[in-house]
Amino acid sequence: MRHLKTFGTFWYDFIVGDDWRLAAGIVIVLAAGFLSAHHGVDPWWALPVAVSALLAVSTTDAARRVRVSSTTAVTGPAGPVDGA
Amino acid sequence: MHNVFLVVAASLACVVEMVEALTIILAVGVTRGWRSAIIGSGTALLGLAVVVAALGPALSALPIGGLRLVVGGLLLVFGLQWLRKAILRSSGFKALHDEDAIFRDEERAALAAPRGRERLDWYTFTVSFKGVFLEGLEVAFIVVTFGGAQHDVGLAALGAGISAVLTLVIGLCVHRPLSQVPENTMKYAVGVMLTTFGMFWAGEGAGVKWPGQDVSLLAILAYVVAGSMLLSWALRRKHTHLETIGALA
Repeated sequence: MRHLKTFGTFWYDFIVGDDWRLAAGIVIVLAAGFLSAHHGVDPWWALPVAVSALLAVSTTDAARRVRVSSTTAVTGPAGPVDGA
Repeated sequence: MHNVFLVVAASLACVVEMVEALTIILAVGVTRGWRSAIIGSGTALLGLAVVVAALGPALSALPIGGLRLVVGGLLLVFGLQWLRKAILRSSGFKALHDEDAIFRDEERAALAAPRGRERLDWYTFTVSFKGVFLEGLEVAFIVVTFGGAQHDVGLAALGAGISAVLTLVIGLCVHRPLSQVPENTMKYAVGVMLTTFGMFWAGEGAGVKWPGQDVSLLAILAYVVAGSMLLSWALRRKHTHLETIGALA
């Protein structure tokens, strides 16, 4: 069971990484692009816009959490924002 | 043009992983002896060869559209992870990765571990194997996916080969941790490349018709560079502001 968990954790870290919302967002955007493209709409511009938005949200949120964990440090230890 | 891009992208992506593996090998090799370090690395490389041989043909047999969608999506996720970390590091919200510190940690752990009397030092073997296999798996993945999506694994492997030779030469010359390599800059460049290729391939796989077809790769590259630099600049300003008002520890 422990080995199975280690195996699963390895692949989760390897593929999904620090912010699962990036991976989930990409899956949703690509699925929407696939459906649009196969219904006569060519959404080539939507992919770069969506990718920029996802990256902006993810990095801004990580920066905000650094600030929150720093300012609340006096009340107790805060967890790390990301893995190395 | 496309081929040069493929070789450069594969080469850059691979050199980052190879530098990390080389740091671990150097740490245990210098402190506990080279024999077991080399055997561990060699065994890991053999295992990797099996993985590549098993995955390569399977990927090449897949339909190009589905392959580009899956591979492009994965590369896009990887690329965004790398870009995210590089942006947070360059803006000061995340500590810079320090190869010197990693080397010192590995060196301390290697000296502290008990030495076996047998001819093969299992600690050195395991650490070398682990470092080479895990980093090598990422290199193999990059080669198979980059090459598989373009139906030219050989060209991607050439990029990885160039990286291997370069990393080996650098490792032999400096014979110590490669902290001189500007790691974050390298990771930023890899993130940009992975995101660019990922977006292009995933888009094509999903059925998107990029204006100008292959030429649009350059436009996507410029867009990713500009967007990430703008984001990095904005977050750096925010970090400086937070430091000024004392909101950061």
